[in-house]
Amino acid sequence: MSIIISPQFSPLVSSVGGLFIGLAAAMMLLLLGRIAGVSGIVAGLLSGIRQGDAWRLAFVGGLLASGWIFSLLHPLPSIQMAVSPPWLILAGLLVGFGTRLGSGCTSGHGVCGISRGSVRSIVATLCFMGSGLVTVFIVRHVFH
Amino acid sequence: MMNIVSGCAGLIFGFGLLLSGMAQPEKVLSFLDVAGVWDPSLAFVMVGALFVSSVAFVVARKRQTSLLGCSMQLPTAKLVDQKLVLGSILFGIGWGLAGVCPGPSLVVVGLGVEGSGLFVLAMLVGMWLYQRFFTAPSGHAANK
Repeated sequence: MSIIISPQFSPLVSSVGGLFIGLAAAMMLLLLGRIAGVSGIVAGLLSGIRQGDAWRLAFVGGLLASGWIFSLLHPLPSIQMAVSPPWLILAGLLVGFGTRLGSGCTSGHGVCGISRGSVRSIVATLCFMGSGLVTVFIVRHVFH
Repeated sequence: MMNIVSGCAGLIFGFGLLLSGMAQPEKVLSFLDVAGVWDPSLAFVMVGALFVSSVAFVVARKRQTSLLGCSMQLPTAKLVDQKLVLGSILFGIGWGLAGVCPGPSLVVVGLGVEGSGLFVLAMLVGMWLYQRFFTAPSGHAANK
């Protein structure tokens, strides 16, 4: 089997994007003493918003507004959902439930957890990368 | 001050996701599609992010409080258990189906991308189901 590299491959710009993500995680950690884990931050708002939750709202607000502010500075990439509504619903349920059961997602485990050398996060990242790879393989190469 | 920092971190996080291609579901799916036309860009996102956040975690390890005087609230769990593994596998299946994880989902819903609201709603329902039926009713879920 030979590997075909996509013409969309963008090592430089993606690395720079990664630096921004790392910077955001570093800010949360060094200034607030918090992990920048999106699933955990969002889930913390679901059981009722408490007095100490303003930082969660601010972080979520920043993420929600980021597309609009980005568009003022730089052309936006073209973004479409890749699958139909029933699949979006199933995927959303799995992402929401799975990230809570597994205590984290790509940001909390993949970025923050790995950078602090957490064995749990390394295992979690291998699990979701692995099941993501298998899922795409099944969807694109078994049923097609 | 805390909320301004947190809001800015959310914004910078979102910029990073947009710049790197993580906010484009099709690009995420191409990363997971090793057997098809593969786009390795997201590996570079991880490298960029880990480069910055690892330095931050090394600095943070020596500190009792954050630079703004908050207590350092880092996860303390060490045990790799079934919940971690199963949850992460389920998350990866959802990620592989739609190409969207929690951070990018908030960026795209903020941009009003068609179908993204369904994904986010389902994700919140998934998180809520976990908190409602699979945890002891003791306030905030674990942070990550």
